Amino acid sequence: MTAPTGEVYRIDWLPGTDILHGTCHCGREHTSQDPIEMWEWMLAHPRGHSVDEPQGADA
Amino acid sequence: MPHTTAFARNQWYVAAYSHEVGRDLLGRTILGEPLVFYRTEDDGTAVALHDRCVHRRFPLSESRLDGDRIVCGYHGFTYDTTGSCVYVPGQKRIPRTARVASYPVVEQDALVWVWIGDPALADPQVIPRAPHLASPEWVTVSGMEPIDADYGLLVDNLLDLSHETYLHGGYIGSPEVAETPITTEVDEGAGVVRVSRHMGDAECPPFYAKSTGIKGRITRWQDIEYHAPCLYLLHSRIAPVGVLPEEDGSDPNGFHTEITYAITPSSDGKVYDFWAVSRDWATDDAEVTEFLRGNNHTVVMQDVDALNLLQRTLGSERAGYQELSINIDTGGLAARRILARLVEEGAKPVEKVQ
Repeated sequence: MTAPTGEVYRIDWLPGTDILHGTCHCGREHTSQDPIEMWEWMLAHPRGHSVDEPQGADA
Repeated sequence: MPHTTAFARNQWYVAAYSHEVGRDLLGRTILGEPLVFYRTEDDGTAVALHDRCVHRRFPLSESRLDGDRIVCGYHGFTYDTTGSCVYVPGQKRIPRTARVASYPVVEQDALVWVWIGDPALADPQVIPRAPHLASPEWVTVSGMEPIDADYGLLVDNLLDLSHETYLHGGYIGSPEVAETPITTEVDEGAGVVRVSRHMGDAECPPFYAKSTGIKGRITRWQDIEYHAPCLYLLHSRIAPVGVLPEEDGSDPNGFHTEITYAITPSSDGKVYDFWAVSRDWATDDAEVTEFLRGNNHTVVMQDVDALNLLQRTLGSERAGYQELSINIDTGGLAARRILARLVEEGAKPVEKVQ
Protein backbone atom coordinates (compact mmCIF):
# COMPACT_ATOMS: atom_id res chain seq x y z
CA MET A 1 0.00 0.00 0.00
CA THR A 2 1.03 3.57 -0.55
CA ALA A 3 1.49 5.71 2.53
CA PRO A 4 -0.85 8.70 2.78
CA THR A 5 0.70 11.75 1.18
CA GLY A 6 -1.89 14.33 2.18
CA GLU A 7 -2.15 15.27 -1.49
CA VAL A 8 -5.76 16.19 -2.14
CA TYR A 9 -6.98 17.33 -5.55
CA ARG A 10 -10.37 19.03 -5.74
CA ILE A 11 -12.61 19.79 -8.69
CA ASP A 12 -15.77 21.86 -8.24
CA TRP A 13 -18.33 21.98 -10.97
CA LEU A 14 -19.53 25.55 -10.58
CA PRO A 15 -23.32 25.60 -10.09
CA GLY A 16 -25.26 27.13 -12.93
CA THR A 17 -22.36 26.76 -15.37
CA ASP A 18 -20.55 24.07 -17.35
CA ILE A 19 -17.27 25.13 -15.79
CA LEU A 20 -15.02 22.90 -13.71
CA HIS A 21 -12.81 24.67 -11.21
CA GLY A 22 -9.81 22.66 -10.08
CA THR A 23 -7.51 23.15 -7.13
CA CYS A 24 -4.27 21.21 -7.07
CA HIS A 25 -2.80 20.03 -3.75
CA CYS A 26 -0.21 22.77 -4.21
CA GLY A 27 -2.89 25.43 -4.26
CA ARG A 28 -2.74 26.30 -7.97
CA GLU A 29 -6.13 26.67 -9.61
CA HIS A 30 -7.39 25.98 -13.09
CA THR A 31 -10.68 26.13 -14.94
CA SER A 32 -11.84 23.92 -17.77
CA GLN A 33 -14.96 22.59 -19.44
CA ASP A 34 -13.44 19.17 -20.02
CA PRO A 35 -12.79 16.77 -17.14
CA ILE A 36 -10.09 14.92 -19.09
CA GLU A 37 -8.16 18.13 -19.75
CA MET A 38 -8.67 19.08 -16.10
CA TRP A 39 -7.18 15.84 -14.79
CA GLU A 40 -4.28 16.14 -17.22
CA TRP A 41 -3.52 19.59 -15.84
CA MET A 42 -3.93 18.41 -12.26
CA LEU A 43 -1.68 15.40 -12.59
CA ALA A 44 1.00 17.22 -14.52
CA HIS A 45 1.82 19.07 -11.28
CA PRO A 46 3.93 21.15 -11.23
CA ARG A 47 4.24 21.12 -15.02
CA GLY A 48 1.80 23.54 -16.64
CA HIS A 49 0.98 25.20 -13.31
CA SER A 50 1.97 28.57 -14.74
CA VAL A 51 2.74 31.48 -12.47
CA ASP A 52 -0.13 33.59 -13.77
CA GLU A 53 -2.65 31.16 -12.33
CA PRO A 54 -3.96 31.89 -8.84
CA GLN A 55 -2.06 30.23 -6.03
CA GLY A 56 -3.74 29.16 -2.79
CA ALA A 57 -2.64 30.48 0.56
CA ASP A 58 -1.04 27.23 1.66
CA ALA A 59 0.91 26.59 -1.52
CA MET B 1 -12.23 -8.80 -27.46
CA PRO B 2 -13.93 -8.62 -24.06
CA HIS B 3 -13.67 -5.27 -22.34
CA THR B 4 -11.42 -5.68 -19.29
CA THR B 5 -9.71 -3.56 -16.68
CA ALA B 6 -6.48 -5.07 -15.33
CA PHE B 7 -6.63 -6.40 -11.76
CA ALA B 8 -4.89 -4.64 -8.88
CA ARG B 9 -3.00 -7.25 -6.87
CA ASN B 10 -1.58 -6.81 -3.39
CA GLN B 11 -4.92 -5.51 -2.19
CA TRP B 12 -7.70 -6.62 0.15
CA TYR B 13 -11.02 -7.64 -1.41
CA VAL B 14 -14.38 -8.57 0.03
CA ALA B 15 -14.87 -12.26 -0.62
CA ALA B 16 -18.14 -12.80 1.21
CA TYR B 17 -20.45 -11.61 3.94
CA SER B 18 -19.55 -13.16 7.29
CA HIS B 19 -22.83 -15.04 7.35
CA GLU B 20 -21.97 -16.77 4.05
CA VAL B 21 -18.87 -18.46 5.45
CA GLY B 22 -19.66 -21.41 7.67
CA ARG B 23 -19.30 -25.16 7.81
CA ASP B 24 -20.32 -25.58 4.18
CA LEU B 25 -17.54 -25.00 1.67
CA LEU B 26 -17.95 -21.80 -0.31
CA GLY B 27 -16.22 -21.34 -3.68
CA ARG B 28 -15.49 -17.82 -5.01
CA THR B 29 -13.13 -16.76 -7.81
CA ILE B 30 -11.33 -13.51 -7.01
CA LEU B 31 -8.93 -11.81 -9.42
CA GLY B 32 -8.96 -15.01 -11.41
CA GLU B 33 -7.90 -17.13 -8.42
CA PRO B 34 -10.31 -19.89 -7.41
CA LEU B 35 -10.69 -19.88 -3.62
CA VAL B 36 -12.55 -22.02 -1.11
CA PHE B 37 -13.76 -20.59 2.20
CA TYR B 38 -14.93 -22.22 5.41
CA ARG B 39 -14.98 -21.68 9.15
CA THR B 40 -13.10 -23.80 11.68
CA GLU B 41 -15.07 -25.92 14.11
CA ASP B 42 -13.45 -24.77 17.37
CA ASP B 43 -12.96 -21.03 17.17
CA GLY B 44 -14.88 -20.17 14.02
CA THR B 45 -11.91 -18.67 12.22
CA ALA B 46 -12.50 -18.07 8.51
CA VAL B 47 -10.07 -19.95 6.24
CA ALA B 48 -9.29 -19.32 2.56
CA LEU B 49 -7.42 -21.88 0.47
CA HIS B 50 -6.74 -22.31 -3.21
CA ASP B 51 -9.72 -24.18 -4.61
CA ARG B 52 -7.91 -26.85 -6.62
CA CYS B 53 -6.60 -30.17 -5.36
CA VAL B 54 -2.91 -30.53 -6.24
CA HIS B 55 -3.57 -34.02 -7.57
CA ARG B 56 -5.98 -33.60 -10.49
CA ARG B 57 -7.24 -30.06 -9.89
CA PHE B 58 -10.64 -31.10 -8.55
CA PRO B 59 -12.43 -28.13 -6.93
CA LEU B 60 -12.10 -28.44 -3.18
CA SER B 61 -15.24 -26.32 -2.80
CA GLU B 62 -17.15 -29.28 -4.28
CA SER B 63 -15.67 -31.62 -1.68
CA ARG B 64 -16.35 -32.03 2.05
CA LEU B 65 -15.06 -31.08 5.48
CA ASP B 66 -13.80 -33.63 8.00
CA GLY B 67 -13.41 -31.54 11.14
CA ASP B 68 -11.27 -28.62 9.99
CA ARG B 69 -9.77 -30.52 7.08
CA ILE B 70 -10.98 -30.58 3.50
CA VAL B 71 -11.16 -34.04 1.96
CA CYS B 72 -11.03 -33.83 -1.81
CA GLY B 73 -14.20 -35.25 -3.30
CA TYR B 74 -12.30 -37.08 -6.05
CA HIS B 75 -9.48 -39.15 -4.48
CA GLY B 76 -9.43 -38.07 -0.84
CA PHE B 77 -6.33 -35.86 -0.71
CA THR B 78 -6.81 -34.12 2.64
CA TYR B 79 -5.71 -30.58 3.55
CA ASP B 80 -5.45 -28.77 6.88
CA THR B 81 -6.28 -25.11 7.49
CA THR B 82 -2.82 -24.00 6.32
CA GLY B 83 -3.22 -25.79 2.99
CA SER B 84 -0.77 -28.59 3.86
CA CYS B 85 -1.74 -31.99 2.57
CA VAL B 86 -1.94 -34.37 5.54
CA TYR B 87 -3.22 -37.49 3.81
CA VAL B 88 -3.01 -39.09 0.39
CA PRO B 89 -4.69 -42.40 -0.46
CA GLY B 90 -2.83 -45.70 -0.42
CA GLN B 91 0.63 -44.60 0.67
CA LYS B 92 2.46 -43.21 3.69
CA ARG B 93 4.73 -40.75 1.90
CA ILE B 94 3.09 -37.42 1.22
CA PRO B 95 4.89 -35.61 -1.59
CA ARG B 96 6.65 -32.46 -0.40
CA THR B 97 4.83 -30.34 -2.98
CA ALA B 98 1.42 -31.53 -1.84
CA ARG B 99 0.00 -28.28 -0.52
CA VAL B 100 -2.40 -25.63 -1.69
CA ALA B 101 -1.90 -21.93 -1.11
CA SER B 102 -3.60 -20.32 1.87
CA TYR B 103 -4.68 -16.69 1.80
CA PRO B 104 -4.70 -14.03 4.52
CA VAL B 105 -8.25 -13.45 5.73
CA VAL B 106 -9.68 -10.73 7.98
CA GLU B 107 -13.26 -10.54 9.20
CA GLN B 108 -14.39 -7.02 9.92
CA ASP B 109 -17.71 -5.16 9.79
CA ALA B 110 -19.61 -8.36 8.86
CA LEU B 111 -17.39 -8.79 5.78
CA VAL B 112 -14.79 -11.43 4.99
CA TRP B 113 -11.78 -9.76 3.38
CA VAL B 114 -9.12 -11.74 1.54
CA TRP B 115 -5.69 -10.55 0.47
CA ILE B 116 -4.80 -11.27 -3.15
CA GLY B 117 -1.08 -10.93 -3.70
CA ASP B 118 2.10 -11.52 -1.76
CA PRO B 119 1.02 -12.68 1.74
CA ALA B 120 4.08 -11.02 3.27
CA LEU B 121 2.64 -7.62 2.32
CA ALA B 122 -0.82 -8.15 3.83
CA ASP B 123 -1.49 -5.46 6.44
CA PRO B 124 -4.96 -5.70 8.04
CA GLN B 125 -4.67 -2.11 9.29
CA VAL B 126 -5.22 -0.72 5.80
CA ILE B 127 -8.61 -2.38 5.27
CA PRO B 128 -11.24 0.38 4.95
CA ARG B 129 -14.07 0.31 7.47
CA ALA B 130 -17.84 0.04 7.11
CA PRO B 131 -18.84 -0.10 10.80
CA HIS B 132 -22.56 0.45 10.17
CA LEU B 133 -22.77 -3.06 8.67
CA ALA B 134 -22.21 -4.66 12.07
CA SER B 135 -23.55 -1.94 14.36
CA PRO B 136 -26.65 -2.68 16.48
CA GLU B 137 -27.77 0.90 15.87
CA TRP B 138 -28.18 0.33 12.17
CA VAL B 139 -30.46 -2.08 10.32
CA THR B 140 -28.99 -3.51 7.13
CA VAL B 141 -30.41 -5.32 4.14
CA SER B 142 -27.85 -6.81 1.78
CA GLY B 143 -27.18 -9.13 -1.09
CA MET B 144 -24.69 -10.07 -3.77
CA GLU B 145 -25.19 -10.26 -7.50
CA PRO B 146 -22.57 -11.63 -9.88
CA ILE B 147 -22.36 -9.50 -13.02
CA ASP B 148 -20.94 -10.64 -16.34
CA ALA B 149 -19.16 -7.35 -16.78
CA ASP B 150 -15.74 -5.89 -16.22
CA TYR B 151 -15.39 -4.50 -12.69
CA GLY B 152 -14.36 -1.15 -14.17
CA LEU B 153 -17.89 -0.75 -15.54
CA LEU B 154 -19.32 -1.14 -12.04
CA VAL B 155 -16.85 1.45 -10.72
CA ASP B 156 -17.93 3.83 -13.50
CA ASN B 157 -21.56 3.17 -12.66
CA LEU B 158 -21.24 3.86 -8.95
CA LEU B 159 -19.02 6.93 -9.23
CA ASP B 160 -21.50 8.70 -11.51
CA LEU B 161 -24.92 8.70 -9.90
CA SER B 162 -26.48 10.86 -12.62
CA HIS B 163 -27.53 7.51 -14.12
CA GLU B 164 -30.07 7.19 -11.28
CA THR B 165 -32.29 9.68 -13.10
CA TYR B 166 -32.50 7.53 -16.23
CA LEU B 167 -31.81 3.92 -15.25
CA HIS B 168 -33.50 4.04 -11.85
CA GLY B 169 -36.33 6.53 -12.46
CA GLY B 170 -39.34 5.64 -10.31
CA TYR B 171 -37.07 4.01 -7.69
CA ILE B 172 -34.12 6.11 -6.46
CA GLY B 173 -33.82 8.51 -9.38
CA SER B 174 -35.27 11.97 -9.71
CA PRO B 175 -34.56 14.74 -12.27
CA GLU B 176 -32.37 16.69 -9.82
CA VAL B 177 -29.70 13.99 -9.52
CA ALA B 178 -28.57 14.37 -13.11
CA GLU B 179 -29.02 18.15 -13.01
CA THR B 180 -27.01 18.93 -9.89
CA PRO B 181 -23.28 19.69 -10.17
CA ILE B 182 -20.82 17.53 -8.25
CA THR B 183 -17.70 18.18 -6.26
CA THR B 184 -14.87 15.70 -6.66
CA GLU B 185 -11.90 15.20 -4.35
CA VAL B 186 -9.07 12.74 -4.69
CA ASP B 187 -6.87 11.85 -1.75
CA GLU B 188 -3.98 10.51 -3.72
CA GLY B 189 -2.01 8.74 -1.00
CA ALA B 190 -5.02 7.15 0.64
CA GLY B 191 -6.43 6.04 -2.72
CA VAL B 192 -9.81 7.57 -1.93
CA VAL B 193 -12.16 9.36 -4.34
CA ARG B 194 -14.94 11.52 -2.89
CA VAL B 195 -17.85 12.72 -4.99
CA SER B 196 -20.54 14.91 -3.46
CA ARG B 197 -23.85 16.01 -4.83
CA HIS B 198 -26.01 18.17 -2.57
CA MET B 199 -29.53 18.86 -3.78
CA GLY B 200 -31.27 21.62 -1.85
CA ASP B 201 -34.75 21.16 -3.26
CA ALA B 202 -35.46 17.85 -4.96
CA GLU B 203 -38.28 15.49 -5.73
CA CYS B 204 -38.46 12.65 -3.21
CA PRO B 205 -38.05 9.37 -5.13
CA PRO B 206 -40.38 6.49 -4.19
CA PHE B 207 -37.51 4.59 -2.48
CA TYR B 208 -37.40 7.27 0.22
CA ALA B 209 -40.97 8.61 0.07
CA LYS B 210 -42.47 5.22 0.87
CA SER B 211 -39.90 4.27 3.50
CA THR B 212 -39.55 7.55 5.44
CA GLY B 213 -43.09 8.83 5.00
CA ILE B 214 -41.81 12.27 3.97
CA LYS B 215 -44.45 14.08 1.96
CA GLY B 216 -43.30 16.66 -0.55
CA ARG B 217 -39.88 17.77 -1.63
CA ILE B 218 -36.60 17.03 0.08
CA THR B 219 -33.08 18.20 0.70
CA ARG B 220 -30.96 15.31 -0.55
CA TRP B 221 -27.24 14.84 -0.05
CA GLN B 222 -25.16 12.12 -1.66
CA ASP B 223 -21.57 11.86 -0.45
CA ILE B 224 -19.55 9.07 -2.03
CA GLU B 225 -16.31 7.70 -0.60
CA TYR B 226 -14.64 5.17 -2.87
CA HIS B 227 -11.77 3.36 -1.22
CA ALA B 228 -10.12 1.86 -4.27
CA PRO B 229 -10.18 -0.83 -5.36
CA CYS B 230 -13.00 -2.55 -3.48
CA LEU B 231 -15.07 -0.58 -0.97
CA TYR B 232 -17.64 2.04 -1.94
CA LEU B 233 -19.63 3.98 0.61
CA LEU B 234 -22.49 6.31 -0.24
CA HIS B 235 -23.52 8.45 2.71
CA SER B 236 -27.08 9.50 1.96
CA ARG B 237 -28.97 12.15 3.94
CA ILE B 238 -32.49 13.20 3.18
CA ALA B 239 -34.82 15.54 5.06
CA PRO B 240 -37.86 17.67 4.31
CA VAL B 241 -36.74 20.51 2.09
CA GLY B 242 -34.74 23.11 3.97
CA VAL B 243 -34.20 20.97 7.08
CA LEU B 244 -30.49 20.95 7.83
CA PRO B 245 -28.31 19.51 10.60
CA GLU B 246 -28.18 21.54 13.82
CA GLU B 247 -25.34 23.95 14.48
CA ASP B 248 -23.81 21.57 17.01
CA GLY B 249 -23.53 18.91 14.28
CA SER B 250 -26.41 16.75 15.51
CA ASP B 251 -29.04 15.89 12.96
CA PRO B 252 -32.22 14.68 14.63
CA ASN B 253 -34.44 15.52 11.66
CA GLY B 254 -32.34 13.94 8.91
CA PHE B 255 -32.74 10.39 7.60
CA HIS B 256 -29.32 8.79 7.23
CA THR B 257 -28.81 5.84 4.95
CA GLU B 258 -25.46 4.19 4.30
CA ILE B 259 -25.30 2.45 0.95
CA THR B 260 -22.33 0.11 0.78
CA TYR B 261 -20.91 -1.71 -2.20
CA ALA B 262 -17.97 -4.06 -2.44
CA ILE B 263 -16.69 -4.29 -5.99
CA THR B 264 -14.76 -7.54 -6.19
CA PRO B 265 -13.35 -8.56 -9.57
CA SER B 266 -13.94 -12.26 -10.18
CA SER B 267 -12.39 -13.33 -13.46
CA ASP B 268 -11.85 -11.25 -16.61
CA GLY B 269 -15.15 -9.60 -17.48
CA LYS B 270 -16.91 -10.74 -14.30
CA VAL B 271 -17.47 -8.99 -10.99
CA TYR B 272 -19.18 -9.69 -7.67
CA ASP B 273 -21.52 -6.84 -6.76
CA PHE B 274 -21.97 -6.90 -2.97
CA TRP B 275 -24.63 -4.37 -1.94
CA ALA B 276 -26.03 -3.25 1.38
CA VAL B 277 -28.43 -0.57 2.57
CA SER B 278 -28.18 0.43 6.24
CA ARG B 279 -30.41 2.90 8.06
CA ASP B 280 -30.56 4.46 11.50
CA TRP B 281 -34.24 5.34 11.27
CA ALA B 282 -37.39 3.21 11.62
CA THR B 283 -35.04 0.51 12.81
CA ASP B 284 -37.79 -1.59 14.38
CA ASP B 285 -40.12 -1.39 11.40
CA ALA B 286 -39.98 -4.73 9.61
CA GLU B 287 -42.18 -3.44 6.81
CA VAL B 288 -39.64 -0.73 5.98
CA THR B 289 -36.87 -3.34 6.06
CA GLU B 290 -38.68 -5.55 3.56
CA PHE B 291 -39.59 -2.61 1.35
CA LEU B 292 -35.96 -1.43 1.19
CA ARG B 293 -34.73 -4.97 0.56
CA GLY B 294 -37.07 -5.52 -2.37
CA ASN B 295 -36.78 -2.03 -3.82
CA ASN B 296 -33.00 -1.95 -3.64
CA HIS B 297 -32.73 -5.44 -5.11
CA THR B 298 -34.76 -4.18 -8.07
CA VAL B 299 -32.41 -1.21 -8.43
CA VAL B 300 -29.34 -3.47 -8.28
CA MET B 301 -30.84 -5.74 -10.94
CA GLN B 302 -31.42 -2.71 -13.20
CA ASP B 303 -27.67 -2.07 -12.94
CA VAL B 304 -26.86 -5.75 -13.46
CA ASP B 305 -28.95 -5.89 -16.66
CA ALA B 306 -27.47 -2.63 -17.96
CA LEU B 307 -23.87 -3.67 -17.27
CA ASN B 308 -24.36 -7.14 -18.74
CA LEU B 309 -25.66 -5.46 -21.89
CA LEU B 310 -22.87 -2.89 -21.92
CA GLN B 311 -20.21 -5.58 -21.53
CA ARG B 312 -21.63 -7.56 -24.45
CA THR B 313 -21.82 -4.39 -26.52
CA LEU B 314 -18.26 -3.30 -25.77
CA GLY B 315 -17.09 -6.80 -26.61
CA SER B 316 -18.36 -6.35 -30.14
CA GLU B 317 -16.79 -2.92 -30.68
CA ARG B 318 -13.84 -2.48 -32.97
CA ALA B 319 -10.51 -1.88 -31.25
CA GLY B 320 -9.79 1.75 -30.48
CA TYR B 321 -13.40 2.89 -30.14
CA GLN B 322 -13.91 6.33 -28.65
CA GLU B 323 -15.68 7.42 -25.50
CA LEU B 324 -16.83 10.92 -24.61
CA SER B 325 -16.52 12.22 -21.06
CA ILE B 326 -18.34 15.25 -19.66
CA ASN B 327 -18.57 16.94 -16.27
CA ILE B 328 -20.61 14.15 -14.66
CA ASP B 329 -17.64 11.82 -15.27
CA THR B 330 -15.14 13.78 -13.20
CA GLY B 331 -15.32 11.30 -10.30
CA GLY B 332 -15.34 8.21 -12.49
CA LEU B 333 -12.24 9.40 -14.35
CA ALA B 334 -10.50 9.95 -11.02
CA ALA B 335 -11.36 6.41 -9.96
CA ARG B 336 -10.06 4.93 -13.21
CA ARG B 337 -6.79 6.72 -12.72
CA ILE B 338 -6.34 5.55 -9.12
CA LEU B 339 -7.13 2.00 -10.23
CA ALA B 340 -4.51 2.24 -12.99
CA ARG B 341 -1.94 3.26 -10.38
CA LEU B 342 -2.90 0.41 -8.05
CA VAL B 343 -2.69 -2.05 -10.96
CA GLU B 344 0.80 -0.81 -11.76
CA GLU B 345 1.94 -0.99 -8.14
CA GLY B 346 0.49 -4.46 -7.72
CA ALA B 347 2.26 -5.73 -10.82
CA LYS B 348 5.74 -4.81 -9.62
CA PRO B 349 7.85 -7.86 -8.87
CA VAL B 350 8.34 -8.48 -5.18
CA GLU B 351 11.14 -10.59 -3.71
CA LYS B 352 9.85 -13.97 -2.71
CA VAL B 353 9.99 -14.79 0.98
CA GLN B 354 10.66 -18.50 1.30
